[in-house]
Amino acid sequence: MSFQPVHFYQTGTFTVGNRLLAQEERSVQANMERTNSLNSGHRACQGCGEALGARYAIDAAMKAASGRLIAANATGCLEVFSTPYPETSWQIPWIHSLFGNTAAVATGIAAAIKVKRHKGQMGDVRVVAQGGDGGTTDIGFGCLSGMFERNDDVLYICYDNGGYMNTGVQRSSATPPAARTATTMPVGPEPGNAFGQGKFVPAIAMAHEIPYVATATVADLRDLEYKVTKAMGMRGARYIHILVPCPLGWGAASEDTIKLARLAKETGIFPVFEAEGGELTSSLKIRRQQPVEEYLKLQKRYAHLFGKTPAVATIARLQAAADKNIRKYGLLDQEAN
Amino acid sequence: MEKPFAITLDPGSSLANHTGSWRTSRPVYLDRLPPCNKQCPAGEDIQGWLFHAESGDYESAWRHLTKDNPFPAIMGRVCYHTCEGACNRGQLDAPVGINSVEHFLGDEALKQGWKLTPPASESGKHVLVVGAGPSGMSAAYHLRRFGHSVTLYEAGPLLGGMMRFGIPKYRLPRDILEAEMQRVVDLGVTVKLNSKVDNILKTMEEGKFDAAFLAVGAHIGKRAMIPAGDAAKIIDAISLLRSMEGEDKPLLGRRVVVYGGGNTAIDVARTAKRMGAEPLIVYRRTRDKMPAHDFELEEALQEGIMVKWLSTIKQAHESSLTIEKMALDSKGFPQPTGEFETIEADSLVLALGQDVDLGLLEGVPGLKVTDGVVEVGPNMMTGYAGIFAGGDMVPAERNVTVGIGHGKQAARHIDGWLRGEQYLPPVQREVATFDKLNTWYYADAPKTVRPMLDIIRRQSTFDEVQGALDESNALFEARRCLSCGNCFECDNCYGVCPDNAVIKLGPGNRFQFNYDYCKGCGMCVAECPCGAIKMEAEEI
Repeated sequence: MSFQPVHFYQTGTFTVGNRLLAQEERSVQANMERTNSLNSGHRACQGCGEALGARYAIDAAMKAASGRLIAANATGCLEVFSTPYPETSWQIPWIHSLFGNTAAVATGIAAAIKVKRHKGQMGDVRVVAQGGDGGTTDIGFGCLSGMFERNDDVLYICYDNGGYMNTGVQRSSATPPAARTATTMPVGPEPGNAFGQGKFVPAIAMAHEIPYVATATVADLRDLEYKVTKAMGMRGARYIHILVPCPLGWGAASEDTIKLARLAKETGIFPVFEAEGGELTSSLKIRRQQPVEEYLKLQKRYAHLFGKTPAVATIARLQAAADKNIRKYGLLDQEAN
Repeated sequence: MEKPFAITLDPGSSLANHTGSWRTSRPVYLDRLPPCNKQCPAGEDIQGWLFHAESGDYESAWRHLTKDNPFPAIMGRVCYHTCEGACNRGQLDAPVGINSVEHFLGDEALKQGWKLTPPASESGKHVLVVGAGPSGMSAAYHLRRFGHSVTLYEAGPLLGGMMRFGIPKYRLPRDILEAEMQRVVDLGVTVKLNSKVDNILKTMEEGKFDAAFLAVGAHIGKRAMIPAGDAAKIIDAISLLRSMEGEDKPLLGRRVVVYGGGNTAIDVARTAKRMGAEPLIVYRRTRDKMPAHDFELEEALQEGIMVKWLSTIKQAHESSLTIEKMALDSKGFPQPTGEFETIEADSLVLALGQDVDLGLLEGVPGLKVTDGVVEVGPNMMTGYAGIFAGGDMVPAERNVTVGIGHGKQAARHIDGWLRGEQYLPPVQREVATFDKLNTWYYADAPKTVRPMLDIIRRQSTFDEVQGALDESNALFEARRCLSCGNCFECDNCYGVCPDNAVIKLGPGNRFQFNYDYCKGCGMCVAECPCGAIKMEAEEI
């Protein structure tokens, strides 16, 4: 189980904190002393899911590494909004790389640390690489696959918002089917992004049989922290893929960021699971299943599905994809059904 | 400073960038009024005391509760807990068992011997309270807390009023009642039992009282004009229940007919059952029109009590009654059908409501009496300055909790009046309705139900019917509270802010927004489980 089952305490572990829990059972984010790796003043949009996901993940990694951590960051929203010269929002050792080579840069840092430790020049320092879906699934994919294949001692975190958002919302290979982007306009017989294209990198990472692969969303903090902490407790290539809704690119209200992440998980559109050595070991169960419309209709990128005549067939295809995820990753609790 | 190639500026922090200037609306913390608190006739801060109970701090919970109501052990047994009907959790699974937690806290206080807080200083004012029922005892308590001297006149031989003479033992054991009454007396209330006040102005003058609170209750059973033979045994419900408290238990015979459809009718029937009789309730309308609470009727039916619906009693004889069947007309009123039948009855108990004995108010100028009850203003004062009234003798719903609420309200206004001021109730906060909550965050948890006494003992003894929760399930039940509208420090706002613009102030101190960086995305509002944050338009 990736979800810590705790004794009933009013809100259990659904909320960020819980005054009724023992200190050691509380989340990293509930702590007044959390790192705040990504500090205030960054230029992310209102309600940015990526800014939130990055702080959640890196704060947890910092705690797991006792503050001895270096992060390599791909080009993308996260890099652009956090480090306009000469300011930085990062409160950790952080290095910017090119769009496509973050995994390779992280590999190099890990190799350098290994040598320095071997020579007795420094103690243990852990390495995290992070980027958006563009830098991970498209442009940086070759370096990432190489890092996996060599089993380099790096935790790679991908913040997936389904497109190239800071350059004007272009399609990436992580853009979901039917979604409108600047390069997949809602015109023609199959409006929006085409079905049957794109890739789901967590599954490809599993195919590399690396020690640890996990997915998470910003709606399930405790699950996210659990996975980052677990990954930091392991060596070798590890990969965590976090769904981070983008109010700008998805055409959603800024306050709905977490709600959308929650609906992505509750509908089955985004499967939340973990895998070790290429084998699925657990999945976060759907708690209150919802039809995909509940997720889609909050986003203007799917507005063309809900016109005067709703695109029933397209919605049914998206529902079928969600149902497939539910079957494939065992997202429904069998006992409850 | 020497800088590397192509670098001209020192590294800076993004804290220089005040992103708060982007904002068009701002989040603000607020405490909304939980629906349970709004509903409570005694004005309890239910969410407030449950908050303490949730962490297992039962004494703080009890102290918080008794600021408004000094009788939690009694409340936990006899209050009709309309709060639970208003509870937002009812829309999620089942309402929080507020009444059962109150029951637990009340019993825990008696077990641990917790004492009520005495006044910090004495005011030197002297207030007369007439009637030691829920309203009078509540007023005595609150007046003592304000530091006023209180002398309590009670016509009967014991404290408790209708709680003793109207509520049967199987609902309210007498040791519980006495303990909670005594705790108020221990605050320094002078009690005069068997002291009926016949002339209020005279008593006030003789005792040099500065103000008076009257809560004499409604003790005179209403009579119906039923032609009866000389040998017919007819008794009113209140006299019957009162005589249960004395040495001589009433002789009712085997077949007891109770006439009426209120809670008192049910109490009498259940009492008769326990005395070995076979009670039958006769009521002129149908079950859904019955004024008695449905759970009380249900408990009575479980105990084997029969009800004859749509029937009126036309005549009483020595061992039988003539009954006329009724039919509801299009407006839902019962109309006679002309169809009669005879049923056997050894005695007839009339439970048709009660009237107030207003004898003590004779000759008091300025009073207004409507439908047998005394009119009072919003400040609980009668038409005569300095005389306040509450409970069953004023126009209101008649139950223990309402009476306790009147006592509290009156005490506050008396306190203001004695100081030459006017007590101004706090402005009512906006209500934390269900749509303000984000219920995703609450753990699924079914209601814990209190154990019920087995049916045989319910039919033959006066043992308490409803049991109590124990510590572990009372804690569980308290933790089902959603804390509607009031921050319970779940850290969600602190966690979900993408801009790190929520400052956590530490346990008990809640949070604060850092408006220098808050971009006004509204995520904290959307993800606050209990609706304790709202967005306000920014003045631009």
